[in-house]
Amino acid sequence: MDYKITQISVFIENKKGRFYNVTKILKENNINIRALNLADTNDFGILRFCVNKPEVAYEALKKEHFIVKKNEILAALMEDRPGGLMELLEIINEADLNIEYVYTFVNAKAGHAVILLKFENIDEAYEKLKNKIHFLDQEYFIEN
Amino acid sequence: MFEPEVELLNREQIEELQLERLKKTVHYAYNNVRAYKEKLDSIKIKPQDIKSLQDIIKLPFTTKEDFRQNYPYGMFAKDVKSLARIHASSGTTGKSTIVGYTKKDLDTWSNLVARLAACAGVGSDDIVHIAFGYGLFTGGFGLHYGLEKLGATVIPVSSGNTRRQIQLITDLKPTVLVCTPSYALHIAETLRKENIDPNSISLRIGLFGAEPWSEQMRKKLEEALPIKAYDNYGLSEVMGPGVSAECTYQNGMHIFEDHFLVEIIDPDTLDPVKEGEYGELVITTLTKEALPVIRYRTRDITKLDKSKCACGRYMARMSKPIGRSDDMMIIRGVNVFPTQIEEALFNIEGVMSAYQIVLEKEEALDKATLLVEVNENIFFDEMKQQRLMLEKIKYELKTILGIELDVKLVEPYSLERSEGKAKRIIDKRGI
Repeated sequence: MDYKITQISVFIENKKGRFYNVTKILKENNINIRALNLADTNDFGILRFCVNKPEVAYEALKKEHFIVKKNEILAALMEDRPGGLMELLEIINEADLNIEYVYTFVNAKAGHAVILLKFENIDEAYEKLKNKIHFLDQEYFIEN
Repeated sequence: MFEPEVELLNREQIEELQLERLKKTVHYAYNNVRAYKEKLDSIKIKPQDIKSLQDIIKLPFTTKEDFRQNYPYGMFAKDVKSLARIHASSGTTGKSTIVGYTKKDLDTWSNLVARLAACAGVGSDDIVHIAFGYGLFTGGFGLHYGLEKLGATVIPVSSGNTRRQIQLITDLKPTVLVCTPSYALHIAETLRKENIDPNSISLRIGLFGAEPWSEQMRKKLEEALPIKAYDNYGLSEVMGPGVSAECTYQNGMHIFEDHFLVEIIDPDTLDPVKEGEYGELVITTLTKEALPVIRYRTRDITKLDKSKCACGRYMARMSKPIGRSDDMMIIRGVNVFPTQIEEALFNIEGVMSAYQIVLEKEEALDKATLLVEVNENIFFDEMKQQRLMLEKIKYELKTILGIELDVKLVEPYSLERSEGKAKRIIDKRGI
């Protein structure tokens, strides 16, 4: 199974309508956003998302002169109940891994939530965690 | 008037004196500066070919590029060990333009600054607060020694720390303020914020220079402070402040023509313009020992009026410069060229892309923001790395320009373009 999830990152200026334009391009290409995160500063933002068709999204945004990057992240399944996230982070903590950023989406599967994790070294993180955490593969973002 | 015997010469007397000194200067530069000898030899001109003031057009121009190529001392006519002082101004490629003075040059300079101040009505009873930076910049020391020569009481406050400046102004009661016009406005605004009645302060005259400013700015300054605001002009390459200054009639700046020979040329054809028309100011020094300069292209666009002034002087008056023939910017008193910004960006792998510099006023002070169009090389998925890249760009700019700029990343193709090329400078300061 391919545990690496392709994430798309887009540079957006803090200007009216820029975020909207990204979603418009995705809609026109019939792309469904499965999870999304926006990190912003006063001047600009980094929009990160997982979609059902990452390649199509990447090309479409590039064609419209957006600055786009593809990166690889891990998607971990966790239980949607008090302590679900804490337990997961505890495992990561014990593995002595540094998380660059996270974002989540709930209602992913009945009773579960998905947390998306960016590590400095994805392979190392996966090797250390694979027996303790249930990771989803790219298929999951396409099918469901 | 500080030196009425020369300041009141008529046109004929001025030109006679100028021709005598021009001949001497050309001989002197030819015999003592290799760069000048080579330039004249290459076009087969000998110093003795200069027989009239009009013959000056036979001589080649000197530009900032000559100073760069001969950095640091190559343009000097004297051994640097024999000099009394060195100053510098910011250059086009990160390197400063180095200028030098003999004892006699410093004497001439302080006489001319004394003249500049006396022109505006400053006298030996005045107490002068100098808020120009003291250092390599010619403004601080230039005004300092000139005003001492005039007999005024000088307070060498130097630049920065506005609250302290205001305390010194209210406590020491100076009558004259020396600084850039934008800093004077900043002082005025700070006074208002601290609820100090501007009319309660002792200042009566402002001698403002080192950056271009307009008549509107003069009005603003004279409304905000109980002063009459005077303009003066100079540049390090030919000496520093004291090339020209306004008299109390404020009808242009009198050029001290016994020491400087000026021309106005068309910056494109390099031919002289018709009398009274706008063009680029070109200056030849007539008495400099350490650094004689022949036909220096100042890049400042101005015009000349050679008619007699109501003050009695015949010395030509130049209008306030209305622009530049190159794209030099003056930001917080520092000269900045777009080429320097390009060099800074070029030094960081992958950054070189379209950019634009936006100049604004923030509480009367210059605020400069560099907009850089983002590309794949400088876009990171992680905020930490993105910030690091911004810091790197800022640091590189500070190293090369000597001043700090705000840096903002913008989306590609978002900068205004004219004929496909990004517009480099947006100046909203409204001088």
